[in-house]
Amino acid sequence: MEYVISVLLSGISVGGQYALIAIGYTLVYGILRLINFAHGDVFMVAGLMGIYFTATMPITVSIPLVLIMTVILGFVIERAAYKPLRSAPRMSVMISAIGVSYLLQNTATYVTGGQPMTYPEIPFLSSTVGVAGTQTKWVVIITPFLVLALVYLLTLLINHTKVGMAMRAVSKDFATSRLMGIRVNSVISVTFIIGSALAAVGSVLYFTNYPAITPTAGAMPGLKAFVAAVFGGIGSIPGAVIGAFLIGICETIIKGLPSSWDVSVFSDAFTFALLIIILIFKPQGLFGEAATDKV
Amino acid sequence: MSELLRIEDLKVSYGGIEAVRGISFDVKEGEIVTLIGANGAGKSSTLRTISGLEKPVGGKVTFNGEDITGANAADIVAKGLMMVPEGRRIFPNLSVIENLRIGAYLRKDSLDEDIEKVYEYFPRLKERSWQAGGTLSGGEQQMLAVGRALMGRPKLLMMDEPSLGLAPIVVQGIFEIIRQIHDAGTTVLLVEQNANMALHVADRAYVIENGKITMEGTGKELLEDEKVRAAYLGSTSGN
Repeated sequence: MEYVISVLLSGISVGGQYALIAIGYTLVYGILRLINFAHGDVFMVAGLMGIYFTATMPITVSIPLVLIMTVILGFVIERAAYKPLRSAPRMSVMISAIGVSYLLQNTATYVTGGQPMTYPEIPFLSSTVGVAGTQTKWVVIITPFLVLALVYLLTLLINHTKVGMAMRAVSKDFATSRLMGIRVNSVISVTFIIGSALAAVGSVLYFTNYPAITPTAGAMPGLKAFVAAVFGGIGSIPGAVIGAFLIGICETIIKGLPSSWDVSVFSDAFTFALLIIILIFKPQGLFGEAATDKV
Repeated sequence: MSELLRIEDLKVSYGGIEAVRGISFDVKEGEIVTLIGANGAGKSSTLRTISGLEKPVGGKVTFNGEDITGANAADIVAKGLMMVPEGRRIFPNLSVIENLRIGAYLRKDSLDEDIEKVYEYFPRLKERSWQAGGTLSGGEQQMLAVGRALMGRPKLLMMDEPSLGLAPIVVQGIFEIIRQIHDAGTTVLLVEQNANMALHVADRAYVIENGKITMEGTGKELLEDEKVRAAYLGSTSGN
């Protein structure tokens, strides 16, 4: 029983961390119809910044600084690599995103020398706590609550503020949005800023759990978060969050099956097989739009 | 009457094809001016260029004494020029009231009074205030598109084919509202294929053919003109 609880806890926690990354994918897709392949690498860079900043500065300074620098990184990537291609075919922007992804990975290799770096222990988050007879880190307990709080705030922003209304308008129709006086490029920047900020929060939580960071450390969580976003129906925020929790839980359950079955090594393959099955029956994902008529 | 909008020798191209080939016209404060012409004559391209959605390859656009040629669409809106786009272009995922509020995106003052005024023009919209824009009928969407533009308190309201795809009775209603909006002090530039309706409501009119202005006059003059009657009224008056 304790084992089941501990598996579920860590599944919910990793799912929440995927959710924070998945929102970045789904927001950007909702507005630009672009799969931002660099997003997982932005998450990795946030992790590396966490290592370097905490080495020289107190935690209370370095964590906010990680947040700010990640937001700037996301903003600059959009302005430099995607904005000049606004009227180009979508495939060109996607290739630009792949380029940015490798640029970030190679830069990370250059800076770290390719050696795995170890994420620092964050006080409180890293300390252990007993829940229902099992020992776990505080981060595991805090993640789902923090994720739900952030998602709630994001939903408020999107549904009840002027900039949120502009985001919803721009996601449907660039030209008409401009006729309303909306600066479409600013709204797109806001989207990247929100996505990057959430990825930065996700990086603190995720790397506290899995502290080894290599230049490709963003690839797998990034891919899983992307899958979660597709699974939930890309463009939908609740979809991405629910998809991420489901994938996190499924993955941990498979990893937690008795070792005599010898299936844990296949956990990623099972996750993707699950996705394929769901998409066969619901091609638009759990909460996706039936047809994407981008005009 | 002072001049509100002046277009001089405007040229617009799409991928090497000249849609607008040197158009000049003007709109004075307090007028309703209409551009009529067949499909593809360059009417919509002209409006889209004035509103900043397209960049001209030549010519000059002056609004309220300022050169706005090639300016950013948001800056043009800020100067008091709003457009009701062709095909209405309601935001289907926003509620009716949000569609109205977004028309006043650049305003920072209270919108309540303006929303009430739009609801007076179009009581149907008030009933559907919380419905998503995409669930409205074509006529209701056109009302919403006009109301949305009014929310920006434009000095000049441009309308691109407001009658397109609407039942005759609905078109009557829309033109009645155009007249009321004009009487309330807004200058209107109207682009229409429905020449009969447009010429009846307009103070002055221009005929566009193949990207050039071929005729101009008061609405009444053009209504009585033989060539206009043959080309635009005979076949389209039944719209």
